[in-house]
Amino acid sequence: MLSIKNLHASVEDKEILKGINLEIKAGEVHAIMGPNGSGKSTLSAVIAGNETYDVTDGSVELEGEDLADLAPEERAHKGVFLSFQYPVEIPGVSVTNFMKTAINETRKANGKEEMPANEMLKLIREKSELLEIDRKFLSRSLNEGFSGGEKKRNEIFQMAMLEPKIAILDETDSGLDIDALKIVANGVNKLKNENNAVLVITHYQRLLDYIVPDYVHVLMNGKIVKSGGKELAYELEKKGYDWIKNEFN
Amino acid sequence: MNTEKMDLKEKLISSFMAFEESIDVNHELHDVRTSAIKNFENKGFPTKKEEAWKYTSLNSIIKNDYSVFPKHENTIEFKDVKKFFIHEIDTYKVIFVDGKFSSYLSSTTHDGLDVCLMSSALNKPKYKMIIDEYFNKIASKEESLTSLNTAFANEGAYINIPKSKVVEKPIEIIYFSTGKENALMVQPRNLVIVGENAHVQIIERHQSLNENPVLTNAVTEIFAQKRAIVDYYKIQNDMQSANLIDNTYIAQKQQSHASVHTFSFGGNITRNNLNFYHQGEHIESTLKGITIIGDKQHVDHYTLVQHATPNCESHQNYKTILNDSATGVFNGKIFVEKEAQKTDAFQQNNNILLSDKATINAKPQLEIFADDVKCSHGCTIGQLDETAMFYMQQRGIPKKEAKALLMYAFSNEVIESIKIPELKQRITKIIATKLGVNLGFDL
Repeated sequence: MLSIKNLHASVEDKEILKGINLEIKAGEVHAIMGPNGSGKSTLSAVIAGNETYDVTDGSVELEGEDLADLAPEERAHKGVFLSFQYPVEIPGVSVTNFMKTAINETRKANGKEEMPANEMLKLIREKSELLEIDRKFLSRSLNEGFSGGEKKRNEIFQMAMLEPKIAILDETDSGLDIDALKIVANGVNKLKNENNAVLVITHYQRLLDYIVPDYVHVLMNGKIVKSGGKELAYELEKKGYDWIKNEFN
Repeated sequence: MNTEKMDLKEKLISSFMAFEESIDVNHELHDVRTSAIKNFENKGFPTKKEEAWKYTSLNSIIKNDYSVFPKHENTIEFKDVKKFFIHEIDTYKVIFVDGKFSSYLSSTTHDGLDVCLMSSALNKPKYKMIIDEYFNKIASKEESLTSLNTAFANEGAYINIPKSKVVEKPIEIIYFSTGKENALMVQPRNLVIVGENAHVQIIERHQSLNENPVLTNAVTEIFAQKRAIVDYYKIQNDMQSANLIDNTYIAQKQQSHASVHTFSFGGNITRNNLNFYHQGEHIESTLKGITIIGDKQHVDHYTLVQHATPNCESHQNYKTILNDSATGVFNGKIFVEKEAQKTDAFQQNNNILLSDKATINAKPQLEIFADDVKCSHGCTIGQLDETAMFYMQQRGIPKKEAKALLMYAFSNEVIESIKIPELKQRITKIIATKLGVNLGFDL
């Protein structure tokens, strides 16, 4: 599904990713853990095509197609979704209207007709129930005045609407209380199937109790330094990142 | 180049006597006009040497050989100009074509309120008392362009809302220029009196119908009596060849609320002089604007709020988006007199430059002589937020549409406060058209 090879990326000539290799197959859940400043958010931004970063070497492929020359929206149209750590507020544009635009632009790019209004409404109803989102919430301006938890839930709602092939959840657990965390994780788990994949990026193990990964990778100083099964997350939680740092020094 | 062509200032001064002979004016007005033309003669057209005109030059537009009095009565068909009206709803209409009243396009009234013509108000004896009390009482006698308008003031909208009258439908004032004259100068003069506890909504527009140059020098005087509510909207979405100098003077009595929204989306050179004067306590004044221009267009907002009495509030919020080589000016002056304690004055001016060649000159000017006041101002100049762009693109929204949504979001604070739903829709449509997007939903 997603194949990252020897990925190097820098911002303003400062190298942040220093040769990342990662294979994610359809149906898998991967987690990337690492201390602050290790390059976790840079990796997610680079996969999504954020032009702030320069890819200096290596490649990112989705189902065998190199994404290098594609704009962020083109990657989105092909099925890349990034749940933001800090979702942006757009005053005056309701959640519903924003989703209509996003979905229809994606369909247009994929040579499909616009989604009929009744179908759209049905989809919105279905997915908002999944994330336990109040209907009134959908007519509010996107993310404006939303609590941290509401913003994250809204991100997963958008993911549910767009049905991406690869969903990257960047620090989705930050700012969530335990109830909201469960709702978000439950939403992700229900959307998960054999044909898509999830990459969870997190500092803490907590979220991985609810979204259980098949593989856990530890990112440090721009490189994946250790990979393992879900038990690696528990080990990290217990021993802290210094344990790995020491192992590699 | 025709060197024999008369300079516009000379032409106006020499036309003055002929003009006065052509209209039937009472003696008091004759004195008002005479001193006004003298003031204009002394000062002439403002130049960039004057502080208030530092960033706006009229040189390029006063070179045209304007007809000062249109020779013909020109008519236009409603179907051709329907789109300039808020035709979805019933409104009173005071419509002018090349400076002349168009009874065909208008819908005036004297039934419980006066929505009619300045020329009748100035000439008919039954209005004399009101004219004596209000005409040219708040408009500047110093400012040369206002004086120029006063000297020639004869036509425009006259609106008088009696005590406690809530006007149930908006009033549209539209000045059309047909372009049948090669170049036309018009000087509309509006007078709006809103009685105690009365409430009115007014939409004003200047619209040329072809590319021939137009210079409009308009003056509007608005009097809001005790507890009156006045909502005034100005739509400036004119042709590239149209120039507008819009002078608005508002006097407010205690507990009145007056708001002016200025939407500047087009025209060549547009200058808005907007002045609020407080004459009582617990007054609220609102000045808001959205400016979205490109090419070489120029829009200058020059605002003044004169806080002269205690316990009053003023709110200013101007949003500007400039593309290409467009230039914008925001000069916002808040003057708080010594007596005006507990003043709450707020001013916000946000600007986005979409091109390296676009320029904005922003100048907040606070002069405060009272010691117990709350005055704040904020000014930002920037580009579109890249994180927000990335966010929307990540959801599959292409760059152009994402930009449009962001610009809409940027203007939204001002759009939100439009109180006429159909007008709000119209403004958002104009914005969407300006931004060249079709988002699949009405913004």
